[in-house]
Amino acid sequence: MGWYEGKKEKSAVPPAKALWDVCPKCMSHFPKGKWKANGKICPKCNYHGRLSARERISMTADEGTFEELYSEVGYSDHLKFHDATGDYRSKIEAVKAKTGEGESIVVGKCAIGGHRAMLGVMDFSFMGGSLGTGTGERIARAVELAVKERRGLVIFSASGGARMHEGILSLMQMAKTSAAIGRLKAAGLPYISVLTDPTTGGVSASYAMLGDVNLTEPRALIGFAGRRVIENTIKQKLPDDFQSAEYLEKHGFIDRVVERGEMKGFIAKLLSYFGVSK
Amino acid sequence: MKAIEKVRIARDPRRPHFREFVKYVCDDFEELHGDRLVNDDRGLVGGLGKIGGFRCVVLGHNKGASVEENMESNFGMANPDGYRKAMRLASLAERLGMAVVTFVDTPGAYPGREAEERGQAEAIAKSLEFFSALRAPVVVVITGEGGSGGALAIAVGDRILMMENAVYSVISPEGCAGILWRDGSKAPEAAEALKITAPDLLSLGVIDEIVKEPKGGAHKNPKSACLAVKRSVLAQLKSLSKVPINELVDQRYAKFGAMGRFA
Repeated sequence: MGWYEGKKEKSAVPPAKALWDVCPKCMSHFPKGKWKANGKICPKCNYHGRLSARERISMTADEGTFEELYSEVGYSDHLKFHDATGDYRSKIEAVKAKTGEGESIVVGKCAIGGHRAMLGVMDFSFMGGSLGTGTGERIARAVELAVKERRGLVIFSASGGARMHEGILSLMQMAKTSAAIGRLKAAGLPYISVLTDPTTGGVSASYAMLGDVNLTEPRALIGFAGRRVIENTIKQKLPDDFQSAEYLEKHGFIDRVVERGEMKGFIAKLLSYFGVSK
Repeated sequence: MKAIEKVRIARDPRRPHFREFVKYVCDDFEELHGDRLVNDDRGLVGGLGKIGGFRCVVLGHNKGASVEENMESNFGMANPDGYRKAMRLASLAERLGMAVVTFVDTPGAYPGREAEERGQAEAIAKSLEFFSALRAPVVVVITGEGGSGGALAIAVGDRILMMENAVYSVISPEGCAGILWRDGSKAPEAAEALKITAPDLLSLGVIDEIVKEPKGGAHKNPKSACLAVKRSVLAQLKSLSKVPINELVDQRYAKFGAMGRFA
């Protein structure tokens, strides 16, 4: 869990970067601008690249319906955590300034294809999408409100796992969010979980894997333990597609791998099947 | 005592393991096997136990006391099959009016190929959802290493006890040091920063009670260490047995809901 800081993108192409867009999955080069023009989807391998929470919200919520909630809930530095590279507080304040977000998830109510929804979207660029106390609290409150207002729950995950800097209380957010989702299900409401690239560690091992329907995008990385950790443990090389969206679908943990352009329509259809009112 | 010294004691191979806890805490114990799906995990074991008149489902990570047992049980690192077995057994408690007692001692969930293919993440997630709503009293004892999600999967309960020298953490100190210090040998610093000892967790509201250990650690006198655990477990079972089940489940939900709520 929480290995994301070691995963800083080290794509070996700094000089070419000015001229080319590079797919972080297959390393194919494209003329500058093509990556964005193609919706951050690789024209070659169909890897669906990472999006910010705001980009995802704008392509999921019906236009003008998203009402953000609990933005006042943020991180907590109850451990006064610091490591070799500095203190948590300054790190996360820098991330807040850079991303404009207050936590690794944005939650709010909206309509999706007209259906009453509670939407949560994680942002991997915020501390590797790590699950901190603020993240867990935003989710728990959103889920509880969804029960009160009879809304279907949709969460897009993107995370390296629990946030180390908030210690054991980060771990406890796994229990808290899972408990809240259990209550939503017991109240007869559906939960659609979309595990986007990457969803691993404590987030895959809590709310992300608990969907009544689990969806993902082509070539997303989804797993519990990191590939290197597993290879070191079992002393074997793993198949290339290990922990890919398609691999998880084959093994029975994902209902459908959905193209980005189809995602909103499919979620709306599921909400309709599940009887979520308009 | 430095946090890293507690980590060493918590991992000491002489420290009482699941079998010893069962021997001294339970008046009787019968192991039951299998998840009814694919396998009988040996890293997480369980069965039926009587504790001072309480009929219980007893679950725990099993690091093993011999090299053979260590290998068979992956040093207490459970597979998804282990968590699914735990849920199967714990659901008996709900249906048949029993309590659940769990002993937590694991470096973490097993990081293996089959574990991933059989849904390690899903199994842990489902356990968290399951134990949060289980309609039976649940007493958890962190006895040694509370390693991340693999520990938490059987550590959602009404009362969380922790032995004096046990540790409980979101990531191992070595893992954290490797990532945030970029140097695994900085584990002592990471252990300190993560706040993983019993007194730390008591003050953070994550555990309810610290169970004292014999001087020098539980391995110096396993029997007396286990009997101290028994006294605490029994007292908690008694107090929980007085709470109506609906109230108990609501209190458990509120207990975990309050963790990390600062506003």
